[in-house]
Amino acid sequence: MAKRILLVDDDVDYLATLQVQLEASGYEVTSADSVDKGLEALEQCQPDIAVVDLMMQEQDDGFRLCYHIKKKTPTVPVIMVTAVMSETGFDFGAATEEERRWIKADGFLAKPVRLEQLIREVERLVEG
Amino acid sequence: MDTLRVLVVDDELGIRHSVSRALRDFTVVVPDVDVEVGFAVDSAASGEEALEKIDEQAPDVLLLDHQMGGMTGIEVIEQIAARELSILTVMITAFATISTAVRATKSGAFDFVPKPFTPAELKETVRKAAAHLMTQRRARQMAEEKRRVRFEFIRVLGHELKAPLGAVESYLTIIKNRTLGNELDAYDQMIDRCLIRTEGMGKLILDLLDMTRIESGQKVREVREINVLTLARSAVENVAPVAADRGIEVILHCEEDVLMLGDEGEIQIVLNNLVSNAVKYNRDGGRVDVRLNCDTEIVDIAVSDTGFGLSSEDRSRLFNDFVRIKSENTRDIAGSGLGLSIVKKISDLYEGSCSVTSELGVGSTFSVSLNRGVSLENPNNGSRGDK
Repeated sequence: MAKRILLVDDDVDYLATLQVQLEASGYEVTSADSVDKGLEALEQCQPDIAVVDLMMQEQDDGFRLCYHIKKKTPTVPVIMVTAVMSETGFDFGAATEEERRWIKADGFLAKPVRLEQLIREVERLVEG
Repeated sequence: MDTLRVLVVDDELGIRHSVSRALRDFTVVVPDVDVEVGFAVDSAASGEEALEKIDEQAPDVLLLDHQMGGMTGIEVIEQIAARELSILTVMITAFATISTAVRATKSGAFDFVPKPFTPAELKETVRKAAAHLMTQRRARQMAEEKRRVRFEFIRVLGHELKAPLGAVESYLTIIKNRTLGNELDAYDQMIDRCLIRTEGMGKLILDLLDMTRIESGQKVREVREINVLTLARSAVENVAPVAADRGIEVILHCEEDVLMLGDEGEIQIVLNNLVSNAVKYNRDGGRVDVRLNCDTEIVDIAVSDTGFGLSSEDRSRLFNDFVRIKSENTRDIAGSGLGLSIVKKISDLYEGSCSVTSELGVGSTFSVSLNRGVSLENPNNGSRGDK
């Protein structure tokens, strides 16, 4: 059965392109362009994994959504994605275990996300 | 009240006691930075003891005798410099010769009090030292704050430039790989999205240049008498083709010249931003009203549209950097999120104000008030730029 991915990002182009590419790679994709829509979609599509943008309408929307996803569905892994440059701010690639626990995300990727990279991360986090 | 730590170093017990007594209940108000400062005084009987105390906890101000039994005052200053500590030092000495003063100042002393001194003389010297320290600290805080704001701006700018680049790259990858097979219509839509995103990036770059021009203050502002009506006409003409395409009527309600002292380029940026936003965020077949009013002091520019309207939450943050209202209605509109923040910055230069009133689904009115005859120096010089 195809793995189900929930994509949340307020950049509609990012959503559209990633959805097309992931579907072409055999995944089932639900997309949402805000935290609220993301939470709604979470209940409806029961994803195997969520891919969440950090900076949406508010700078920390991604953290907020991630927190709620973990609270409602603790077994769904979350990948956090951001275009914020590591050299001027957060460096997610180097996030320590403690930071990861606090943020509760299971993986971090920098934007623009390479499709192969995302698929590798999805496959690593979702078994079977 | 802030407290500055003072260390008195003198081999005469009487001096140490009298300094402690004089400063015990002494306070200084530093008007430039609006703080009151008190003093906590500690003392040492030799240079060696002073350095031990400094190594434990460095004071803010050092009152330092020069001629002591062991190390001299200047040797203490040199030791402090070697430790790369920044302590404001005032020399107190009976050997108040010019040459000692020069040597001490060269080694980094801030000031000099000759012995014997009265409590009033000591207090005056300490007052100067405290004012210097507090002003320096405030300047450092402001520089740090400025650096932080700049850093944050660049961080968000990086995000705003990377996002459209990423989107265009992804669309091009899909098109190149023919991921959607032979659905040519889908590819056409993707190309349209690419064009919208690159247009947005172009606009961001132009707005950044405008903003740099306003904020740098390096470019000379050409302030002279200008006619706001002429600039408003030009802004309306600029949007005419786009407005006509979408059946939007743009009406300028002003017959008479509206004169003010200002930089033509700046006021044109304000009008262009307001009028082009009113068209961009309007519905097809809508209407834009541009009104100019003035009294003896103020020019009011008000631009109304019949667009989607704004929530109160959106209204409150609209004039900040990089704010774009994201909704179904705005997704196809190229914007940088800097236009209104630039309008706000320009209106500040004219001691003016910006505001917006709006009703969801009905439309919005953006108003900018500008002082007609504001004093005309460079924005980064003089008091006006600080307000």
